[in-house]
Amino acid sequence: MSLLRVRDLTVTFATETERVPAVRGLSFDVDPGEVVALVGESGAGKSAAAMAVVGLLPGHAEVRGSIRWRGEELIGRSDRELSAIRGRAIGTVFQDPMSALTPVYTVGDQIAEALRIHRHGLTRRAARARAVELLELVGINQPQRRARSFPHELSGGERQRVVIAIAIANDPDLLICDEPTTALDVTVQAQILDVLRTARDVTGAGVLVITHDLGVVAEFADRAVVMYAGRAVEAAPVRRLYTDRRMPYTVGLLGSVPRLDAARGDRLVPIPGAPPAPAALPPGCPFAPRCPLAIDECRSAEPELVPVDGDPDHLAACIRTAETAGRSAAQVYRVATAPPARPDDDAGEPEVVLRVRDLARTYRLTKGVLLRRQVGEVRAVDGIGFELRAGRTLGIVGESGSGKSTTLHEILALRPPQAGSVEVLGTDVACLDARTRRSLRGQVQVVFQDPAAALDPRLPVFDVLAEPLQANGFGKAEIEQRVAELLTEVGLRRTDADRYPAEFSGGQKQRIGIARALALRPRILALDEPVSALDVSIQAGIINLLLDLQDRYGLAYLFVSHDLSVVRHLAHDVAVMYRGRIVEQGPADRVFAEPRHEYTRRLLAAVPRPERGMDTRPAGRG
Amino acid sequence: MSTGFDTETVRSGVDTHRFVSRRTLVWRRFLRNRPAVVSLAVLVLLFAACWVLPPLLPYDYSRLDYTALQQPPSARHWFGTNALGQDLLAQTLRGMQKSLLIGLCVAVISTVIAATVGAVAGYFGGWRDRALMWLVDLLLVVPSFLLIAIVTPRTRGNIVWLIVLLAAFSWMISSRIVRGLTMSLREREFVVAARYMGVSDARIITRHIIPNVASILIIDTTLNVGVAVIAETGLSFLGFGVQRPDVSLGTLIADGTPSVTTFPWLFLFPAGVLVTIVLCANLIGDGLRDALDPAARPARRARGKAGRR
Repeated sequence: MSLLRVRDLTVTFATETERVPAVRGLSFDVDPGEVVALVGESGAGKSAAAMAVVGLLPGHAEVRGSIRWRGEELIGRSDRELSAIRGRAIGTVFQDPMSALTPVYTVGDQIAEALRIHRHGLTRRAARARAVELLELVGINQPQRRARSFPHELSGGERQRVVIAIAIANDPDLLICDEPTTALDVTVQAQILDVLRTARDVTGAGVLVITHDLGVVAEFADRAVVMYAGRAVEAAPVRRLYTDRRMPYTVGLLGSVPRLDAARGDRLVPIPGAPPAPAALPPGCPFAPRCPLAIDECRSAEPELVPVDGDPDHLAACIRTAETAGRSAAQVYRVATAPPARPDDDAGEPEVVLRVRDLARTYRLTKGVLLRRQVGEVRAVDGIGFELRAGRTLGIVGESGSGKSTTLHEILALRPPQAGSVEVLGTDVACLDARTRRSLRGQVQVVFQDPAAALDPRLPVFDVLAEPLQANGFGKAEIEQRVAELLTEVGLRRTDADRYPAEFSGGQKQRIGIARALALRPRILALDEPVSALDVSIQAGIINLLLDLQDRYGLAYLFVSHDLSVVRHLAHDVAVMYRGRIVEQGPADRVFAEPRHEYTRRLLAAVPRPERGMDTRPAGRG
Repeated sequence: MSTGFDTETVRSGVDTHRFVSRRTLVWRRFLRNRPAVVSLAVLVLLFAACWVLPPLLPYDYSRLDYTALQQPPSARHWFGTNALGQDLLAQTLRGMQKSLLIGLCVAVISTVIAATVGAVAGYFGGWRDRALMWLVDLLLVVPSFLLIAIVTPRTRGNIVWLIVLLAAFSWMISSRIVRGLTMSLREREFVVAARYMGVSDARIITRHIIPNVASILIIDTTLNVGVAVIAETGLSFLGFGVQRPDVSLGTLIADGTPSVTTFPWLFLFPAGVLVTIVLCANLIGDGLRDALDPAARPARRARGKAGRR
């Protein structure tokens, strides 16, 4: 008998105006010791499904169907009854470890609390001793001492380890992990996956992991359920899924993942369009509007989840599964992934458009309110230097706190830096006055990480795009013409101009952000993690757009990212930053093939690779 | 978030859609809000009436009609008369001239001051912030009501002075709120992005900061209309502010209050007009706020329409 048996689960959120179906008939099983992944993009309903299992959905959610825990029905039980199961038999690991821990108690106390709630006989002393053991189990150094720390004194990875310790404190039979590694750095991500694996082996528990990261699925899961618009569209053992995926959505999802073994300039396979709004699903298969293989039949009825080729382990909700077998994503989506031929690639070294030398930025740490005295300093950027050439991309790679964003903003400010020099298009920024600085601003533009935050919510798209033009004294007719050009450039329509940013999907918002950055025809574009807030299938479209724009206009990109696979697709040169310093720098091909610095090697090793030991790419590129 | 159509792939070739600016969009959205438009019309009508009607009436606001003392509304005196035989319609209109002017001007002026001071202090910080907040603190501790009460009798009933004084003492708290909101907006990426695009500080404040604090400013303005009328009423009631024989809505209501049950028209007409003014101001404010805020609910309905278009 399986540990957890979910059948026909539906979750509906009733809002004032409409009923939003988040999960629509989901079925899956989790066996002891097995890792099952719910995969999908944001809004696919994967978190709602997991929270329904533990009964942690808000009051206005309606849950129907059947969730059986060791044969007992959980739906319809009171919160009190569920509490006896939650935390004892089912442990939960949340996405953001900072908000999952109470800031005012020590982590040892929080683990001990989790123990004592479910075991009434346990003494305080015994609980504390067990808490220290658990901290040791999840790999925290000096557990005795760290048990007395408060959450804010730990690093992000350590906090997530503590959350895992709490989840496994009562030796649960099932662990539910909701995006357990999303908020963490790459190297930490790999360690946390190891800890989760250990936790599973020690407790023998089944694991239900919710993630959008296909790398995590490949590394960690045994079986995967791919969700789209509230339903499972494909379910299979992970190995099978990577080698013989059949649902066109899964094909697209896997094809849109940037890969470390790609060549620079390789285009990805984006899925066109955006996921449907849950309240307004199209008739028939919800993926049909984006599907390259859709036929009339797809639009008339929603297909059932049925075995593929008679294999009961491999299910797909698609009537066109025969069409995808053995074909690559590029073939299915009928796009070319190879970069367009560029004859002038070897036409000598292009000019240097940005030169940074010995740039440093230190923040003073002060103490006291009235009499500020300096108690130390943080070297956010510590004497770095690099060159960026016209039409090329320099990838600055590093984890959070490595100083890569600070570097970017020091350059973008176009003001004399604390130390060192920044030279833009041959002009040292230290000798700029107000007027020349303004004219240089047009040459250096920026695209931010979070497209929602980077666009004024109160400004219609036309005004967003017109702003840089107005600020630089363009006439009304010119502005209208340029805005129209820009919209076309990034794949939006003219009618989109009088809508507000909130009406667009994440990928479209990022397109608007890119269009705004292009408005003044800059020569250098600073990209601050431009795709990391986006879903994979959308991310692929943006990466392709950036590659196309560079080819067309010879833009120089300063590309800051923590994601090495994205950098692989875009960058000619790579600079690896660690604690404010550049530890390795060189042509991307060389750095990725034979990393010289220890840290670079660690970074590369930490990237989850879907293909480890599996051949995922059917022969031949489209 | 998605509106269903496939914008990501569409290349507009033959598209000749005309662009509209934010001003047009906001105005369109405002016009869609029926109550707000009606309120605006009513307010404009009231404003016009109180200046146009009096010369056409057979009675001046100060003239005494000894044949009709304390009379209920009739064909001759539409709003009735008071104990001295003054026509209440003429008096109400005269009072409206004062109160409408005071209410709207004070509300608008004080909100403009609050927005400017708050945005400048919050956006620039540094010495500007310190100086302006020092001024705010200073004005907050001055007993404004007393000061106005002392100054107004010397201005011989000139309501410009009353407006200036009332406005000068009613912006401080909202400017503090605006300053706080601005300080958090200043760090937002869209403001940083605008700065990197070479947009001037003044433009950033007017285009990005002010619209994003508009909700609070509009609520502040509409509340201030009521507050200003009531402040003027209070002053006039105590014998400062508008001086007899001149009247304001405040003095009329004050005069009518003792006889609410016996001669209700003396109270009901001026009070009804006051309620109408404040209600209209509030509804217009609501409409404006919804029009400016794309996340407001009427906009969502409008988006459904746009999607089908």
